[in-house]
Order: sequence, then C-alpha cells, then structure tokens
Amino acid sequence: MSTATVAIAVPAAPKERARMTPWRAFLDILVVTERNLIAYTRIPESLFFSSVQPVMFVLLFRYVFGGAIKTQIPGGYVNFLMPGIFVQTMAFGAVSTSIGLAEDLQKGIIERFRSLPMARSAVLAGRTLADLVRNVFVVAIITGVGYAVGFRIQSVPGYFAGIGLLLVFAYALSWGFAVIGLSAANSETAQVMSFPILFPLTFAAGTFVPVSSMPGWLQGFATYQPVSEVVQSARALMVADGPAANHVIASAAWCIGLLVVLVPLATWRYKTKS
Amino acid sequence: MANAIEATDLVKVFKGGVRALEGVSLAVEPATVFGLLGPNGAGKTTAVRILTTILRPDSGSAHVLGHDVVRHPEAVRACIGLAGQYAAVDENLTGRENIRMVGQLTHLSRAEASRRADELLAQFELTDAANRPVKTYSGGMRRRLDLAGALVDRPPVLFLDEPTSGLDPYSRAALWGVIEDLTSSGTTVLLTTQYLEEADRLADRLAVVDHGRVIAEGTSAELKARLGATVLDLQMGDDVRAKQALGVLAARWPRDPVLSGTMVELQLDGGARMVTEALGLLDEADLVPATLALREPSLDDVFLALTGHGASVEPEDGVGAAAVMAGATAGGRTSRPRAKEKS
Repeated sequence: MSTATVAIAVPAAPKERARMTPWRAFLDILVVTERNLIAYTRIPESLFFSSVQPVMFVLLFRYVFGGAIKTQIPGGYVNFLMPGIFVQTMAFGAVSTSIGLAEDLQKGIIERFRSLPMARSAVLAGRTLADLVRNVFVVAIITGVGYAVGFRIQSVPGYFAGIGLLLVFAYALSWGFAVIGLSAANSETAQVMSFPILFPLTFAAGTFVPVSSMPGWLQGFATYQPVSEVVQSARALMVADGPAANHVIASAAWCIGLLVVLVPLATWRYKTKS
Repeated sequence: MANAIEATDLVKVFKGGVRALEGVSLAVEPATVFGLLGPNGAGKTTAVRILTTILRPDSGSAHVLGHDVVRHPEAVRACIGLAGQYAAVDENLTGRENIRMVGQLTHLSRAEASRRADELLAQFELTDAANRPVKTYSGGMRRRLDLAGALVDRPPVLFLDEPTSGLDPYSRAALWGVIEDLTSSGTTVLLTTQYLEEADRLADRLAVVDHGRVIAEGTSAELKARLGATVLDLQMGDDVRAKQALGVLAARWPRDPVLSGTMVELQLDGGARMVTEALGLLDEADLVPATLALREPSLDDVFLALTGHGASVEPEDGVGAAAVMAGATAGGRTSRPRAKEKS
C-alpha cells in the first residue's frame, strides 16, 4: 500500500470548516437522508414487505369483513376503508424509523457520526426525512391498489390535501418512533416496543369501522385520538364524507403538538444516549 | 500547547456503577504513536470515546490539539479521525459511498469527497470492491474501509480502537503497514490494543491500563527495564522439584522467583554472576535443573508483574485472568502469555 500523503504539523486554530452554520446543517441532513434512502433501495424487500401488509389489509377489509360493516358514504365501504388504510400504513411504517435508528446504534454507525464534525441534528432529521420520502412511495402504491379495488376520490385537490396531511402526521409519528428506537436495546426490541402503541391507535379508531358502532366508553377515545382525527380528515377531504374543517384543525393541532413534544424528546434522547 | 493529546484525571462511571475510568491521565506528543495497552474491560475504549467527544467524562479534562473535548467538541471533531474495533461502516452502502458520505459529513465538497474516496480506496486496495455493498466485504476489508473513512479529511490526530482485533495474521500485518505509513508522515496516533506485540511494534510510548487506571507508562524499552534485565528460566522437570527450587531461591534471592508450571523464572539484575549463584544454590539443595534458558523480558512479563495477571485475554487453557503471580499460589501461572518469545 502506498504511503499516505499526509503532512501535517499541529494546526492550532480550529479549522474554518469546523464552524456549524444552518446551511451546513441542512447539507448534513441531506447527506444522511440520501444515505438512508440508498439503504432502502439496497434492501428492496423492506419496501416490498411494508407494502404487502397494507395490501392484505385492503383485500381483507374490502372483501372479507367489509360486507358486514355498515357505512353511509358515497361510493360504499371501499371509500370509507381507503383513507383508513392510508393512515394505518403510515402509522405502521413509522416503526421503520425506530428499527433503522436502533440498527444504526447497534452497528456503531451513530458512534462514527458522533465523532464527525457534522450537525448533531442530522442523524434524526435525516432518518425522519428519509422515512417521509419512503412514505410518498408507499402512498402511491396504496393509491394504485385502492383504485384497483374500486376506491374513487371525489376531488383531486381534496386527495392531495388529504395525502399532505397524512404525510405530515406520519412525519410527526416518526419522531415518536425515533424516541423508541433510541431507547431500545436492539432493532427487535424496537419493533416489539412499537406494537402496543400502534394497535390501540390504529384499531380503536374510525379506521376500519365507524366509531358509532363501538361501545360508548370507547367512543370518546376512538373519536378524538390523533389517528382517528387524521383518518376522518382524510376521509372528508378525499371522498367528501362530510365537513372537513373541524377534523383538519384537530389533526393539525395533533401534528403540531406531537412535533413540539417529540422532536425535543428524541433530540434529548439522542444527545444523552451513550 | 506541546502535546497533541492530553488527558487529566479522567473519570467515568457508567450506569450500574461500572467504574470504567478511575482517573486516567495521558500525554501524547505530536507526530508520535501512543499505545494504550490493556485487557478487555480495562477502560481503553471508554478513554478513546471521551477523547473523541462521543462520551463526556464525569470528571477530569481532556484536550486534543488544545481543544477541550467537553467545551469545544466541534473543534475536536474537526481535527480527529476515529476507526473502531466494530468497523462502523454502513453495510448497505458501497465502499465508495461510505467514504464519500464521511467526506461530505466532514464538509468536503461533493467532488472533493468523491476524489478522496477514490484515492483512499486505491491506497487501501479496495478499488476492485469499491462499488460493492459493504455487506459482501470480509472482516479485514471492513477494517480497512473503516480506517480509510477515518482518513478522509487527513486528520492530524487519529484514534484507532483495537484496529486489528479479530483479524487474521495476514490482514493484521497489512493493517500494521498502513498504520506505520501514516505515522511516518506526521500524524499523531493513539491506538488501543490488547496485543503486546502490536503495541511493541507500533507505539513510541505505551500506557498500560488495568481496571480504569494507568499502571505504567513509558517506552516499551523503559517498561521492560522496570522488570530488571534478563530472565533465567529453570526447567525443573516436575512439580515437586519446581516447588522445592522455588523455596530455596525465594529464601536467598533479592527478587521473588516466579513459578510457571514446572519452570522457575528468575530475574537477574546482577548480570551473569547471578546465574552461577543460582545454580550453586540449587546444586547445594540437590536440585539441578533439567534445562535452562536465558531471555530478555517480554512485555508480557511487564504486564504480569504490573497487574498480577497475564495479558492474554482469550484464555486458551481456561485460565485467563485467574492466572496468578507465582510465589503466591502453588499452582503457578498456567496461562503463559502467547505473544512473541524473544530468543
């Protein structure tokens, strides 16, 4: 091996490049995002299997359970179902944030990042941003599957507004799952820790069945919890199921609230993790 | 600022009360290689993690090129490279992508990062594998890639945490060559190792660490000198005679002889005359050794004398840390450190 061309005395002043600026932090975030996205393309199975599950849910509810669920919605149950599927898929997909971070911790990548003069925020921001991009692809796939089984949107702007809202919601959730990923001992634990949170949120909601069919004691939670609000907003926006305003405001409030709490919490967890 | 790396009384206690560092002080001069030598769990990695700003010390202070690791970690990070024992490379990225990423995160331009990546891949003989995902790499290739990543920004100070642990002898020798090339060009290197041979070969100065403390520091020649000069190995043939010989010599010898199986090891600080003295004593007791050999003390001897246990961490004969200073226990020191034997 050839001799390294390193000839350095002892530089006393810190390098100019050591200074962190918002622009550099932004570039660091992009580099980490790119790295995470490359990883997703290298393990296409992961994207494939994360799409298989929602497809199964679509088929299951559309053709197996759907007939038994009574809804008054233009276009029938499939139009009730699909907005729910979108939100459920986003919520389940957020687990990949926790798994990814737990893996990075396990494999020592984060250790390396910590020894580099990069923005501290880039690891978490790059991870959640990559998962946001991934969600865009997942949304496209689910939309296609939905159309194949009879889902019809009522207005294109409404559809995109709904998608926008649920991507923001998914992004907020990612930060919550980042906290879990940073707290878990390994990626398996991260996954196991995620499901007790996801199940009540996605199923005790107006995701697959109308909340009005649930027992009274459950209806309060099932109506106002974040997943349900986002589902109802998406449904109102995409398939014109009643007025959207109240649900959208409630959803936006949830998203802002979650981000305000979870971003600092995840950042703190990352900083104190040793 | 005379020293490239300076640490004063570093203390780190982990959750659960594990006292990883109990007041470690180090000073590394610029453009030298400093070896931190110790068994697993001695605190070497913790010290490196503090010096590379990954961990904060509970107390004590440390400076790298004059920058305080706690108060100005970003300045420290800008002038260091770290390659660890776990080879922190991204398995899903290719070798080139890995180095380019590190380059970009040290704020080289995209073009500059790519150029450096190609240069380093060539230097570390990874050009052929440059576009393969790292998950297809062998252990030795990963270590080389990890080290290449640490060099992207040509850091003046390099930390190598057990750079060769777990590598086969060929890869280890190759990596040693790379490290020697680097150090000959003015980089300050702090490396940790459990291999005495490695420390002896690469390091200008050594600190021996055990249970979170530096128990000895100096050049390897100085450390060897601390043990006195030559060692006389007296092979007594069987346990009984060995113990008898130990008794005879222990009563009359200025330094405690060491029992190792059926062998008695004697340090000679008084030159050759002491050989005849020893043999005379044994002859009087009718304990003439079967064979005898003279050798220079190895770093293993130094380690044993300093810590009371051998330096070999993988106990091939199931003893390891339980190996005992002879004279104290009749069973003697069964785990003979395996590193080089100087003839």
